[in-house]
Amino acid sequence: MSKVEAFRAHHFTDLDQQHAASWIGMWVFLATEVMFFGGMFACYTVYRFWYAEAFASASNHLDVWLGAINTVVLIGSSFTMALAVYNAETGRRKPLIHFLLLTIVLGLVFLGIKFYEYHTKFEEHLVPGSSFQYEGPLARQAEIFFSLYFAMTGMHAVHMIIGIGLLAALVFKARRGRFSALYHTPVELTGLYWHFVDIVWIFLFPLLYLLGRHL
Amino acid sequence: MSLPEIEHREHYLNINYGIRSWLLTTDHKRIAWLYLLSVTFFFFIGGLFATFVRLELMTPQGDLVQAETYNKLFTMHGVTMVFFFLIPGIPAVLGNFLVPMMIGARDLAFPRLNLASWYIFILGGAFTLTAAAAGGVDTGWTFYTPYSSIYSNTHVALTVVGVFITGFSSILTGLNFIVTIHKMRAPGLTWFRLPLFIWAHYATSIIFILGTPVIAITLVLVGLERIFRLGIFDPALGGDPVLFQHLFWFYSHPAVYIMVLPAMGVVSELIACFSRKRIFGYTVVAFASLAIAVIGFLVWGHHMFVSGQSVHAGMIFSFLSFLVAIPSAIKVFNWTATLYKGSVSYDAPMLYALGFIGLFTIGGLTGLFLATLGIDVHVHDTYFVVAHFHYIMVGGSVMGYLGGIHFWWPKMTGRTYPEGWARLAALIIFIGFHLTFFPQFVLGYIGMPRRYHVYPPEFQVLNVMSTAGASILAVGYLLPLVYLIWSLRYGTVAGANPWGARGLEWQTPSPPPTTNFDTPPVVTEGAYAYEKDPEEIYTVRKPAHV
Repeated sequence: MSKVEAFRAHHFTDLDQQHAASWIGMWVFLATEVMFFGGMFACYTVYRFWYAEAFASASNHLDVWLGAINTVVLIGSSFTMALAVYNAETGRRKPLIHFLLLTIVLGLVFLGIKFYEYHTKFEEHLVPGSSFQYEGPLARQAEIFFSLYFAMTGMHAVHMIIGIGLLAALVFKARRGRFSALYHTPVELTGLYWHFVDIVWIFLFPLLYLLGRHL
Repeated sequence: MSLPEIEHREHYLNINYGIRSWLLTTDHKRIAWLYLLSVTFFFFIGGLFATFVRLELMTPQGDLVQAETYNKLFTMHGVTMVFFFLIPGIPAVLGNFLVPMMIGARDLAFPRLNLASWYIFILGGAFTLTAAAAGGVDTGWTFYTPYSSIYSNTHVALTVVGVFITGFSSILTGLNFIVTIHKMRAPGLTWFRLPLFIWAHYATSIIFILGTPVIAITLVLVGLERIFRLGIFDPALGGDPVLFQHLFWFYSHPAVYIMVLPAMGVVSELIACFSRKRIFGYTVVAFASLAIAVIGFLVWGHHMFVSGQSVHAGMIFSFLSFLVAIPSAIKVFNWTATLYKGSVSYDAPMLYALGFIGLFTIGGLTGLFLATLGIDVHVHDTYFVVAHFHYIMVGGSVMGYLGGIHFWWPKMTGRTYPEGWARLAALIIFIGFHLTFFPQFVLGYIGMPRRYHVYPPEFQVLNVMSTAGASILAVGYLLPLVYLIWSLRYGTVAGANPWGARGLEWQTPSPPPTTNFDTPPVVTEGAYAYEKDPEEIYTVRKPAHV
């Protein structure tokens, strides 16, 4: 049995079938993820339509610069992830590990900035619940905006944390020489997941941060 | 008395023993057994709650339980039956066992994910049972806000977490089926040679992967609102409880098709086998499954005709609900047409299949009443609705499930069940079912609302009939439990193909070897080639990689 054959699970006829199965499986999973976030985007759309004014004014309480920096950080991390996949495909182990680590660092930077933002919102009493304080007649509807803000960015952050965990596992495996030009499916699939989480943020950023900036 | 012995050879049941070989198995056939035991457990738990509900409703007064307890009983009956029996029932038990076998594969595409899905299911079940044991939950299985998110003092959060977790087991099962059906079919097994059971499970899997994540996020939002006061559905903030209903039914109406589509797949197999004919209009039946899955996603608003949804939305949802009846009716017509001039035999699985057709037809047609705006206003939230969906879920899904369990029991165990007892049980279930649920149509139509533990005395006769029927039904459900366990030891040896069926799963010994087939099959004929000998419809080949 060749070295490559060792990666074939017993119930697949060949590695091609196994690779195609994993690939379809990941895309199907991403379809479930679209529907998962879709539920929150649906809520957002309804309330944004009803309470456009409150949403615009509440949006101004978010720090657009931190959001923008985070967007750049995340797009950068997608770039490093793509380079990691490229190096996996060409079987270069050292750069693969370096780019995976760089992606992890960028992911952590994102989470750090996000945590700082949450902390600021907490100090400004913009976290929904009994301590929520908001000036003006639109306070209650603004609370819905912040509920959605925390639910959506929170769920996104959970996905980031899971992604960083997956990347760490990849680094561990890559160090042990588990990937080669012929077998690197886990790197590719984690890459797909990482890009998906990135795309979710690219929708979240304008919807949450850039409302009513023209006012 | 000497016990009948299965010929001595290695198969998936005797290849190894011990608790670890079961709890850490990645064999889809053993995982099917894990699911079978778990959903049977939840079925009887759910049945226990129903027993108390029916006992309370024997008399007009509330003399067995108080209103609060009654609310918890029907809630936990619904939650257990829907999320822990009906939804996983056929896909996770029969689907798990049969999808790889019917397509000539050695296993599902992701065996470890398959095992993980069972553990997730058990974890979710543990949360929900903990909630039940800690005092229960009283929101109804629908968890409507703002009652569930703000006002209820029962264990909503724990239950919601349980249901949320269990959803991921559905998602993983659906994902596994889709990939397996796409990539693992035996050589020669083209899409239109597939058994209709596979088409039905493919359609079900689509709903699993596109619907389940929506209920997951919805329950997360309810949980966040309840625990952290993130008021997304809170009317005090301007939030909209009807939005919750939209999201809830976006999954939970398609969930009805998750329950009934696999049962339709089972019935297609049974009708073909016991009338020795190809299914009439195979292609149409196959596409009807997909049509139900797709249109089923567009009808959720018919649960909300009186919830303050716009009149225009109501009319569109009414129209779409009529539309989804068409592919369902096509299936019923085609099964009936298959029987025509077939050589029909009435073994127990066939009795269940015929029962399914009758009960599903009644359930489906009364569904049209409910899809009609004017009638729905009259019977909304009455026992008419309760009777309608029990005809679909119990009359449809459970009949299909039991028919399938009996039909494939010889394959799963290598032994046959006692035929006489099985026919008797099928008959008892059929009679008990009608006696339980038909009076509820009448009750609902004359105005008895659902979810109350007291009622005016003039409703008593029909309620007593219903309770009497429920006790007959209980006997009908306990009988198979007893004789199927008995048959594990004392049943006669079945042989590879006791029904003379044509599916690939019957062309391998019973119980099958761990690899399902001793030599990988090559298919040369479509499903249900009952006019040909089994040997003609598939050949064997040497595996390519040896």
